[in-house]
Amino acid sequence: MVTKAQIYDWLEEVSDPEIPVLSVIDLGVVRNAQFINGDWLITITPTYSGCPAMKTMEEDILSKLKNKGIDSASVKLVLAPAWTTDWLSENGRNKLREYGIAPPEHEIDKSVLFAEPTVVPCPKCFSRNSRMVSQFGSTACKALYQCNDCQEPFDYFKCLK
Amino acid sequence: MKNEALFRYLLRLGDDSLILGQRLAEWCGHGPILEEDIAMTNISLDLIGQAMNILDYAGVIEDKGRDCDKLGLLRLEKEYTNVLLVEQLNGDFGDTLMRQFLFDAFRKPLYERLVHSTDKQLAAIADKSLKETRYHLKHSSEWVIRLGDGTEESHSRIQNSLDNLWRYADELFYSDAVDSELTASGILPDLSGIRAEWDSTINVVFQQATLEIPANNWKFGGGRLGRHSEYFGHLLSELQYMQRAYPNMKW
Repeated sequence: MVTKAQIYDWLEEVSDPEIPVLSVIDLGVVRNAQFINGDWLITITPTYSGCPAMKTMEEDILSKLKNKGIDSASVKLVLAPAWTTDWLSENGRNKLREYGIAPPEHEIDKSVLFAEPTVVPCPKCFSRNSRMVSQFGSTACKALYQCNDCQEPFDYFKCLK
Repeated sequence: MKNEALFRYLLRLGDDSLILGQRLAEWCGHGPILEEDIAMTNISLDLIGQAMNILDYAGVIEDKGRDCDKLGLLRLEKEYTNVLLVEQLNGDFGDTLMRQFLFDAFRKPLYERLVHSTDKQLAAIADKSLKETRYHLKHSSEWVIRLGDGTEESHSRIQNSLDNLWRYADELFYSDAVDSELTASGILPDLSGIRAEWDSTINVVFQQATLEIPANNWKFGGGRLGRHSEYFGHLLSELQYMQRAYPNMKW
């Protein structure tokens, strides 16, 4: 009998197509795995409403489970409770940093008009002297920053709450 | 049909997102700088994602087997009920940002209230969308200030954008029997404070941007009832092209 923990272990091997260093478990988009009437139902939630990676994640999850011998699984998408960057695991945050993407600060950069951009430490030299180049980056979940000390341009996985 | 008023409300909400998302997508590859090209397509993606969630749910409420693709891509012009503001031409970068700002300043307080809807799915969609909308508003308001309080040229051009778009802003606050029925049944929370919040946001931003709200108070409307401007048919011809040319195609 396959357990839920076993399913989660397997899903650790399914990566985010846009940020391959993160698994769908690290990212926190997998909300549940239930065994119902002989079939596994995996519940996932989108990071952003229009995230084009969700469809790929769904297919990758099903194909991973099929490879592990589970033929009758399905994936359900739910919106509530809404995903925030707090769902990102500690492990995921460390992996992001090592990969060169600054993980989300626990501070929101959008609730107040005219607020200064969040201070984001450079993932290369760890200097806090960085600046926001653009609030919108290569994917919906990232902003573009540059380090003023080592000059490294880097992605910031922006805080969503 | 499970609830006609809710179906019509969802179409209005979804159509606003879909049509503005489509307009912003027209900037893809044409932004004034790379960062803004990416920003506008990111915002477009959020809006189209929101539209898919909303229209999928509208299809569930309608209960006739239509999903977001069928509702989004296969209705006739008069069946779309977005406000006229969102279908206006992109114009220059300032026109696009001013249109976006007037819309975002409305959407944020709207979603903040819809989060408290007694309809769980509508509340969930609002909660998801609100997080994205806060970023949109920050982006558009900062650009309105930068252009308004920028050079003589940028100031006069974005003041001109405001002068041209102002007549479409009032329609954002349109309400009729659809809204009152949903308020009576508790699905819509009290939305009455939105106008005041919108006024306050735009006044703060326009003051910083040194822009003046036009004295001319002529108002245009009709989008909520399916009466559109002449630009709309052209927009739909692009939006619907693939589904019309290759019926039922899947990406």
